[in-house]
Amino acid sequence: MLGRTANGLYWMFRYIERAENGARLIDAGLRMSLTRSESTEGDWDGVLQSAGVRELYDEVHDTLTSGDAIDFLLRDRANSSSVMSCIEAGRHNARMVRTALTRETWEATNECWIEMKAMLAKRARPADLPEIIDTIKRCAGLIRGAFHGTMLRNEIFNFSRIGTFIERADNTARILDVKYYVLLPAVSAVGSSMDNVQWESILRSVSAHRAYGWVYDAELRPANIADFLISNGRMPRSLAYCYEKIVSNLGYLAREYGERHAAHETAEETLASLRSQSISDIMDRGLHEYLEEFISHNNRLGQEITDGYRFYH
Amino acid sequence: MVKNKGTTPLAFDEMINADSSPRQPYSTYHQWYASQDRNRLIAKSKEAENIFRKTGITFAVYGHADSSEKLIPFDLIPRIISGREWRRLAQGIEQRVIALNAFLDDIYHKQEIIRAGRIPRELIEKNDAFLPQMIGFRPPGGVYTHIVGTDIVRTGEDQFYVLEDNARTPSGVSYMLENRETMMQMFPELFHQNRVRPVENYPYLLRQSLSSLAPPGCAGKPRVAVLTPGIYNSAFYEHAFLADMMGVELVEGSDLRVIDGKVKMRTTRGYEAIDVLYRRVDDDFLDPLTFRPDSALGIPGIMDVYRAGNITIANAPGTGISDDKAIYSYMPEIVEFYTGRKPLLENVPTWRCSEPQSLKYVLEHLEELVVKEVHGSGGYGMLVGPTATKRERAAFAEKLKERPGNYIAQPTLSLSTVPILVNKGIAPRHVDLRPYVLVSDKVQIIPGGLTRVALKEGSLVVNSSQGGGTKDTWVLED
Repeated sequence: MLGRTANGLYWMFRYIERAENGARLIDAGLRMSLTRSESTEGDWDGVLQSAGVRELYDEVHDTLTSGDAIDFLLRDRANSSSVMSCIEAGRHNARMVRTALTRETWEATNECWIEMKAMLAKRARPADLPEIIDTIKRCAGLIRGAFHGTMLRNEIFNFSRIGTFIERADNTARILDVKYYVLLPAVSAVGSSMDNVQWESILRSVSAHRAYGWVYDAELRPANIADFLISNGRMPRSLAYCYEKIVSNLGYLAREYGERHAAHETAEETLASLRSQSISDIMDRGLHEYLEEFISHNNRLGQEITDGYRFYH
Repeated sequence: MVKNKGTTPLAFDEMINADSSPRQPYSTYHQWYASQDRNRLIAKSKEAENIFRKTGITFAVYGHADSSEKLIPFDLIPRIISGREWRRLAQGIEQRVIALNAFLDDIYHKQEIIRAGRIPRELIEKNDAFLPQMIGFRPPGGVYTHIVGTDIVRTGEDQFYVLEDNARTPSGVSYMLENRETMMQMFPELFHQNRVRPVENYPYLLRQSLSSLAPPGCAGKPRVAVLTPGIYNSAFYEHAFLADMMGVELVEGSDLRVIDGKVKMRTTRGYEAIDVLYRRVDDDFLDPLTFRPDSALGIPGIMDVYRAGNITIANAPGTGISDDKAIYSYMPEIVEFYTGRKPLLENVPTWRCSEPQSLKYVLEHLEELVVKEVHGSGGYGMLVGPTATKRERAAFAEKLKERPGNYIAQPTLSLSTVPILVNKGIAPRHVDLRPYVLVSDKVQIIPGGLTRVALKEGSLVVNSSQGGGTKDTWVLED
């Protein structure tokens, strides 16, 4: 496969994953504002931080309002991580690697773009937001379904999956880091219903608020939430799960090509440490420091894959 | 009774006779059409548009930044050609394509046609499309034009003319394939009722044809790739489509490099050689070391690899000299010179404005003529005399006098019409036809092609960049 094609697939799936995560973050933010009586600007501050665009927002806007924040996250072209920017970039990459995709996967991606472009042509009214968010999730689901149902399990599949999980690991780590950081001073006061709303929003932004109850118990405990999102190998957005998938997809490439790269070592080491470290070890060392290091390793892995498989030169 | 609403006087309609009866090739279709509910057809028409949009069959219009992807309108009334009509056309096209290749081989070698005084020397040697780098070099298999799209127009029951020879990189074949696919999806019953010759094996034939012309330096199974200028090119969709349908790589210049005398592409496991390159990049941009040094689309050194017999480039560099509009006017002589027979298909009478006599005639008859730039394409920079305003004609006359050698003129042909679906029913619109031809050790003409249709009433300009649409084109077995 061409290096440029591998690069296109990797980014196509990173952007689609990012678009979906963006929608989920907005969803969690809306949910929080619905369950509160007072002003919710502070919540949107947290959402912007989780999306990694807090500073960028300030460059474009003077004040923080929920309406502007939602618009910025949803459709502002000045924000390269807005849902619409991601869908556009994902589709642009898909178009470039059209020959590597099945007709079903391409059409699902193209239709997603057509639908969202129409839906997000104008600033969304608050009443329309639930439908918009549902549509983004549904579109992303259709792309994923077409991809899983029709693509050959070959190198094309592997590079696409690697893109998905590098992005997802990054997003989960960021959400956890930012939220935790915001919430940390309140840890001692855990138990009040107000805090529960906050904690729940973390789970909601990774679509895990129901699953949590099945795995742990009804009470939202910070350590359990961190455990769920970091170490639980059954939770499809956890760091451990993402790295299992990255390692297995890199493994297929190594077997098919008969060569290993630096990326293989990095991914395997990260997975091993995700498996061996207990959540209390991590909390003792400091969750923020741990997540910061994870994000930077995850970025390094992305770079090593880019170099090892000749994405650019 | 099915009637065309509003008629273009004097034009030959391919579906409906003057007495409102259907022409023979359309009789089965016409019966089917008469039994259809108009609203259903209009709904189907929208459905077709959705299929195209969803599939991403789009093209870019230069100079429209905000609307960078457009659909070519598709009309669902097919253009139908009888087997007898097609055989005649196919023979004429084959003769013409054989002559084109012989002509190219000759002008890059002995130049006998010039020595015989049939074509002026300066017309070749002063032509930008003539590449001195090709002199004395014979491409693998002696084939210059691997893919040709001969533009044909019709003016009556038996009058066909060749309008252009498109021997560089003819585009549009993806529309031929997608139009058929769409028609079969929407109206399967029509393909039971009519015996329509298949076009869908084109990608297979193309790959086979390209592979059979692998260079001498190729050991083993030839590796074919399609070279595209990239995602922003107007025909990118087609490049991706063809690569996909053939099952070969779609590459850009930046993926390729000359290593150890071969053209190689950068893959995820290192550099791998390409044997046959179906390039959709113009000559000028192919090799910055040989042609335009500022080209970022090409591959430095590919011409050396080519001349050393280590890659096949399709179509060969320098084929543009054969479909140049100034050369076009000599095609009857060219066909006769190389095949020893009169051309089976007629040329449109052409005035070469470089000749003072002709220029004088053209200036005096601008209101009846179509004037084209010798090197232009896509319907840009041309004057359609009868529909132009007086002021437009006057302005064009000035350009003509300034650079007469840059123009040719032709009579305004009354192109045949085929009905299109409109809100009130059907209405006749002018069409042309581009069949696709593959050349290897044999000449294969795909039975069908791309019918372009001018959607505006009375318009003769069928180019997609100027508001033209397309139709599925049927060649019947009989």
